[in-house]
Amino acid sequence: MSEGPVLSFTLNGRVFSAADGTVPSPAMRLLDLIRLHAGQTGTKEGCGEGECGACAVLVDGELANSCLVPVGQLHGCTVTSIEGLPRNDPLVAAFARAGAAQCGICTPGMVMAARALLDRDPHPTLEAVREALAGNLCRCTGYVRIHAAVLDAAAGEGTAGGGAS
Amino acid sequence: MSVQASAAGEWHRPGSLAEALDIRARAKDAVVPAAGCTDLMVGWNAGAGRWPTVLDLSALPELNRIDVDDAGVTIGAAVSCSRLANHPAVAGRLPMLVASARQTGSVAIQNRATLGGNIMNASPAADNPPVLLAYGARLTLASTRGSRSIDYADFHLDYKRTRAEPDELLVSVTVPFPSPYASVHYRKVGTRRAQAISKVALSVLLDAGAGVVREARFAFASMGPVPLLAGSLSAALRGRPLAGIDPALVTRALATDLSPRDDIRSTADYRRQVAVNLVMAAIADASAAEARRN
Amino acid sequence: MSGRGAVGAPVVRKDAAAKILGEARYVDDLSCPGMLHGATVRTRSAGGTVERIEFGPGVDWSSFVVVTASDIPGVNATQMIELDQPVLASGRYRHAGEPVVLLAHADRRLLREAVAAVRLHERPNPSPVFSIDDALALRGEVCPGNVYRDYRMERGDLAAGEAVADVVFEGRFETGSQEHVYIEPQGMLAQIDAAGVLVVEGSMQCPYYVLGTLTAVTGRDPGSVRVVQCTTGGGFGGKEEYPSHIAAHAALLSLRAGGRPVKLVYDRAEDMLATPKRHPSRTLVRIGARRDGRLAFLDVDFALDGGAYTTLSPVVLSRGVIHAPGPYACPHARVRGRAVATNHPPNGAFRGFGAPQSIFAIEQAMDGLARALGMTPLELRRVNLLRPGDRSVPGQPIDETTDFDAVLDQALYESDYLARREAFAAFNAGNAAAGLPLRRGIGLATFHHGAGFTGNGEVVLASMAKVRADRRGQVEVVASSSEMGQGNTTSLCQVVADALGVPLERVTQARVDTHDVPDSGPTVASRTCMVVGLILEQAARRLRAELVAKAGLPVEGADEHAFAAACARYLDGHPTLEAEARYEPPASVQWDEVVFEGSPYASYAWASYVAEVEVDLTTCEVALTGFTAVQEVGRVVNPVIAAGQVEGGVVQGIGFALFEKVVWDGNGTMANNRMTNYIIPTSADIPPVRVFFQEQPGGAGPSGAKGLGELPMDGPGPAILSAVNDALGTRIASLPVLPEDVMDALQAASAREAA
Repeated sequence: MSEGPVLSFTLNGRVFSAADGTVPSPAMRLLDLIRLHAGQTGTKEGCGEGECGACAVLVDGELANSCLVPVGQLHGCTVTSIEGLPRNDPLVAAFARAGAAQCGICTPGMVMAARALLDRDPHPTLEAVREALAGNLCRCTGYVRIHAAVLDAAAGEGTAGGGAS
Repeated sequence: MSVQASAAGEWHRPGSLAEALDIRARAKDAVVPAAGCTDLMVGWNAGAGRWPTVLDLSALPELNRIDVDDAGVTIGAAVSCSRLANHPAVAGRLPMLVASARQTGSVAIQNRATLGGNIMNASPAADNPPVLLAYGARLTLASTRGSRSIDYADFHLDYKRTRAEPDELLVSVTVPFPSPYASVHYRKVGTRRAQAISKVALSVLLDAGAGVVREARFAFASMGPVPLLAGSLSAALRGRPLAGIDPALVTRALATDLSPRDDIRSTADYRRQVAVNLVMAAIADASAAEARRN
Repeated sequence: MSGRGAVGAPVVRKDAAAKILGEARYVDDLSCPGMLHGATVRTRSAGGTVERIEFGPGVDWSSFVVVTASDIPGVNATQMIELDQPVLASGRYRHAGEPVVLLAHADRRLLREAVAAVRLHERPNPSPVFSIDDALALRGEVCPGNVYRDYRMERGDLAAGEAVADVVFEGRFETGSQEHVYIEPQGMLAQIDAAGVLVVEGSMQCPYYVLGTLTAVTGRDPGSVRVVQCTTGGGFGGKEEYPSHIAAHAALLSLRAGGRPVKLVYDRAEDMLATPKRHPSRTLVRIGARRDGRLAFLDVDFALDGGAYTTLSPVVLSRGVIHAPGPYACPHARVRGRAVATNHPPNGAFRGFGAPQSIFAIEQAMDGLARALGMTPLELRRVNLLRPGDRSVPGQPIDETTDFDAVLDQALYESDYLARREAFAAFNAGNAAAGLPLRRGIGLATFHHGAGFTGNGEVVLASMAKVRADRRGQVEVVASSSEMGQGNTTSLCQVVADALGVPLERVTQARVDTHDVPDSGPTVASRTCMVVGLILEQAARRLRAELVAKAGLPVEGADEHAFAAACARYLDGHPTLEAEARYEPPASVQWDEVVFEGSPYASYAWASYVAEVEVDLTTCEVALTGFTAVQEVGRVVNPVIAAGQVEGGVVQGIGFALFEKVVWDGNGTMANNRMTNYIIPTSADIPPVRVFFQEQPGGAGPSGAKGLGELPMDGPGPAILSAVNDALGTRIASLPVLPEDVMDALQAASAREAA
């Protein structure tokens, strides 16, 4: 690490920084920081190359694959992973009701992708849902119930919101 | 699973372009410039060995601007595909760039991947370069020696080789607004509908006043070692009436312009035939649009 | 006494919240103090001999745990049907990607460098074989004769059938390999606990298979080996057999490291390279009919590429052979099936298990025969569908409970098949005349799938499961049936709750741990709900009867509090409250596995699927525009879970048909072993998939349920290819059908026309 600026960011409200050693290297993958250093294993690794979306998190409210984000780029950012999603987020109940989780390994990333969509488009069309989740691969459900869950959560959200970030 | 990057090289994240150029001038190819890191990290995760020393450009204000004037839009090299696609001037005047940015991987990729990275990575399959070629974009490169502007059409030399010098950084891309009489066509043929790498992509800017081709630019991805403009095709079509262009003429011209290969995603034969079909479809569209205007 | 109504209700899955919130723990989420990471060094050539293992310079090898075949205390063979596949290769080997050396270290970066520093000196096999045709022509020898199994199913008199056939169709059909792409890669964690027991936890479908290999490989007695299933991120058959290898590898490393925990989790590239896939197939079909469409004879030569070791190929093959005649009556039939050895990594179980391959062939042949007869595909199927009173080709009597025509009728109605077929023909004629590039087509597949192990398989398994309760009346399902997403931790509880007459909330499935749960058989073959569910229903009834007899539980009208009170009373006088049951074969299943005759399955699920496509001639891309799936599966235990199974299976079938192509490298391993290059459908690639159930009586499972997990894999391939051929007038005969294949077929067709 050389003349880079001070490195500090939050993950689910907890501060990580180079100064206090909680960020050991700027080149570390955000995924490894979340799973190995923060010990929050809800974010999964399915491919390690940004194809499957199982590691998806929100960086300043925008969806990102944490396997492709070096933590050195996160100074000043707010990172939210599945552990930072409120338990009462409408997506949680909607996914359960619809049967949108089967094996569950893609589900946390899928929920984060859905949250990012609803935060920018609270009442998406089915087509918008299909497109927004296209970076999150699921091999169990065929996506049908996931689409239904997101539309259901959107319908229930009204003006109350439910954002994580 | 994958190894965490405990054996990293240095990580430079300068806060100004001058500082970045200074590092680049000293280290040259010993640093890897990166912005969105979506490609860099794939290589690392796939076991590229020791981390390179990285020159992280994502914090440079000069590379994060989008400036609009009457002639066009100048887009900073570190602007993400998402930001680009959502910019009003781009959305209003450069629809092909919106389309290509929205097909650069998934939403999560578009949020990180940058226009500059998509160019400098110099992949022949990259999504935005054909659109930039068709629109006639110019690149601004800078070094401690100064800055220069070059036509993007002259930039790619050969597979993964460009005109950028080892001490230079890409600062911005200037995309001129097309003539209001021009019609544009963009189509990416990928391995599936979303999150795909192109087998063939075509971007067309066609100016055909009174049904006669005045200027036509056809730019392809995945049809040779670099993103390329089909110059023979442009020459062959110039001055011809839009209606009644013979597919054989297009096939002959493209045989000169394109050098597709078999690879893990498709075949040379398929690419060659689809390229012709896409050109004919674009001509038919333009012809129909012309007919509607009259 | 049963009938509180959990069965049939769309109850929320018991594992939903933990999975949605990321709290469920998968193997890669586990970590223990002092844990080492494991890695595998593999062969690179397509068979040959490992002459020497060189541990290269630049690595402090003393800091690594190193295991080779000579360190195996027990048997060096995975415990499958044959014992031909070593756990670690030494000397001669058969394929690229065989494990030879295992390494472990605490630092994963050093581990990666060490893997690269091990050099295997290999003398390659000079003439590897990679195709079924080459293997059968003996252009290289993998094992003597290159055939693992050669099965024949013959009924009637083929010559007599040929003599009365007015029209004959012949075709050759092929299907490619398919990678499972469960989103969780495979992995295991092994260690020796304080009691000296070897504990292996991980991602798996079949804990007792893993246990069997571990005891054989380590030489330990079953009491000192324990296998625990973690939350498993998808299986689809891919975690049936290979987890035994990884468990053995992790265990060997841990034993070598004095019992320290060793975690061995594959990355995606290694998982795709090394683990089994769907068997590629080639099927030769000759089928003849009388002028009115009645089938006169059927002659099928079916072959599967088993890869370099036997693994599960014999049973995949037998299922493929039995399903080869489809759901049609035919008096004279011969099906020959061979599982062929090649130098590819072994192929194995994948949802459908041989049936998608042979059903694809018969369905395409039926379309070809219909063309030859001048009938529509629908008309030909109507004439020949099995009906009550018929016998299937294997010999199963079709009883009054089956109304396949009703399934077909609903599929035609829901898809508006007849009207669309006409409309698409008109659309295509109009577009062709106008020079427009879009073409539309519709395809129909009619099929059935037998649930549970084939023939006497369930008798041999003799599965056992139990139900137990505590003083508070909390009930546990105790079985080795493993949740991997398909929903059994909910559906089995629904069955037991109703059998006991308690609310579903009182019933959970116990953790799958071989020190606790009996062997209820592997979690495969659409057998869990139907076969294990029935055993559990029996066990639950026994437990209830025990409470009635010995703890004063009222026979009628007891609520959950009365149940809990009875449990407490019972446990005042007894140490435990549990009841077990073992599989009892239904009288209907009589199977001669030598001549392939009898009733191979207790139940078949029946289905008709309709696919609609639009092909753009500009790019030859095929867009699936509609998909209708109607199936008869007996009693639906949980409609949400059942629909999810069908939707997921259909989409895997769509992938198999239109996207997923395993590209082989020069050494016979997967060249596109990355998610970037192996293309599975995304959310944006899927049309509306409309799923309908019929619940006819007679299923062999609890409350009349049938197995359904594999069924939806069988139909999309043939339905989609039929739709493509309908749209274009082509005769494409293989899957997957990629745009490149469509273009080739169109060019071949126009060349034929020109000639």
